[in-house]
Amino acid sequence: MKIDYIFYLLIFPGLLFISILGFLIGWVDRKISARFQFRVGPPLFQNFNDFFKLLGKETILVKEGVITIFIIAPFIAFAMIVLVSSLIGISLFYSISFGGDLIVVMYLLMINSVMIILGGSSTGNVYSSLGAGREIKLLLADELAFILICLVPIIKSGFQLQLDGIVSSQLQNGSYIGSLSGFIAFVVGLLCIQAKMALPPFHIPEAETEIVEGPFMEYSGTLLAFWKLNGFMLYVTFPFLLILLFWGGINPEGPGIIWFILKYLLIVLLIIVIKNTNPRIRIDTALNFFWKYASVIAFLAVVLAVFGY
Amino acid sequence: MGWYNKRLSKSIWVFHVSASPCNNCDIEILDLLTPKYDVERFGIKLVGSVRHADVLLVSGVANNKVAPKVKYLYDQAPKPCFVVGVGTCPASGCCFKKSYNVTGKVEETIPINLYIPGCPPKPEAMIEGVVKLVEVLNG
Repeated sequence: MKIDYIFYLLIFPGLLFISILGFLIGWVDRKISARFQFRVGPPLFQNFNDFFKLLGKETILVKEGVITIFIIAPFIAFAMIVLVSSLIGISLFYSISFGGDLIVVMYLLMINSVMIILGGSSTGNVYSSLGAGREIKLLLADELAFILICLVPIIKSGFQLQLDGIVSSQLQNGSYIGSLSGFIAFVVGLLCIQAKMALPPFHIPEAETEIVEGPFMEYSGTLLAFWKLNGFMLYVTFPFLLILLFWGGINPEGPGIIWFILKYLLIVLLIIVIKNTNPRIRIDTALNFFWKYASVIAFLAVVLAVFGY
Repeated sequence: MGWYNKRLSKSIWVFHVSASPCNNCDIEILDLLTPKYDVERFGIKLVGSVRHADVLLVSGVANNKVAPKVKYLYDQAPKPCFVVGVGTCPASGCCFKKSYNVTGKVEETIPINLYIPGCPPKPEAMIEGVVKLVEVLNG
């Protein structure tokens, strides 16, 4: 039994699976973005090459600043993403309950942002701390809407917090995306994902053109490689979570796995299209958007879910 | 090291050091990222921070005021790091070599691995220069 858990955590659906899939989806992202701009784009194994190159580069530590936090921040974020991806993965692929529930998943997903804030502010660099501050604001902006949309599947499944409970409830009653509240929550969730992964139009913390990669500016070598890996792994974690919460997970009967892959690719494609068709917005516009519109619409979805729509 | 050099040659991240140029080379460097040339095909990416860089593209003559800053940038870059001098300025000083504020060449400040001459060099010439760097890395 314990061997099983190590297998889940390290190979499938844990570390090895999500990192390789994340690199490949990262390539899909770069390739489609390049085609959007009428370019050719990078070769297939580009992200692997980038990662292994960064692993072998010299790692420079900052002179002034908190070196301990500077070093451990990417690794804690990495560990948390692997953990939460394994938790979501075993609920999807094996329908095993792991003792934790959706609230644990929401907390663990937040730790990545917290670690970006800590790592960015530990360097003592002006641009890094600016980026960390922007990350805090973005986290405050999107977290409320994200928690509200997570309430919708909980209410619709009869107040179940276990991930496999939500999946099995959807297998019996049909996916929540088919209902009005589920669909609204899914759309808002897609935008929240965009903000949580700091992708355009919400790449305010990284903003290459004004604060040069923000929190990651001072990172080099191995530590930067792990930040990049974290970013790619989020391309797997968040779409899997959306599929689990709203789109019925994997149906064990029939060609369920093929439908699952198609759903996953569709969500990734939507993320990439939103990414490529929108310019970066200001931080106050992002706050406006999430607090005035997205959160209100998410709340509306919660109310609709309570009344059974 | 052969395996690592191959990874490095396939993923060159470039940082652009403007050492008091006339901006002509800079415009040509940015041409490399346009759809016509698209150096991302070879994994070449322009990065904003010198900490992420594998190659420093130096353009300009590095006059007395800028030379210490170029040296500082080179020291801050994680090694292995290569320096490419773009344009005639880093190679010979071009028309600025007798200026009152230019006393030395760029290569006296930092070691330069490769020169791409031209005023400004064509994007094709720059791509060829990078390909030569890649060939050196692959052995």
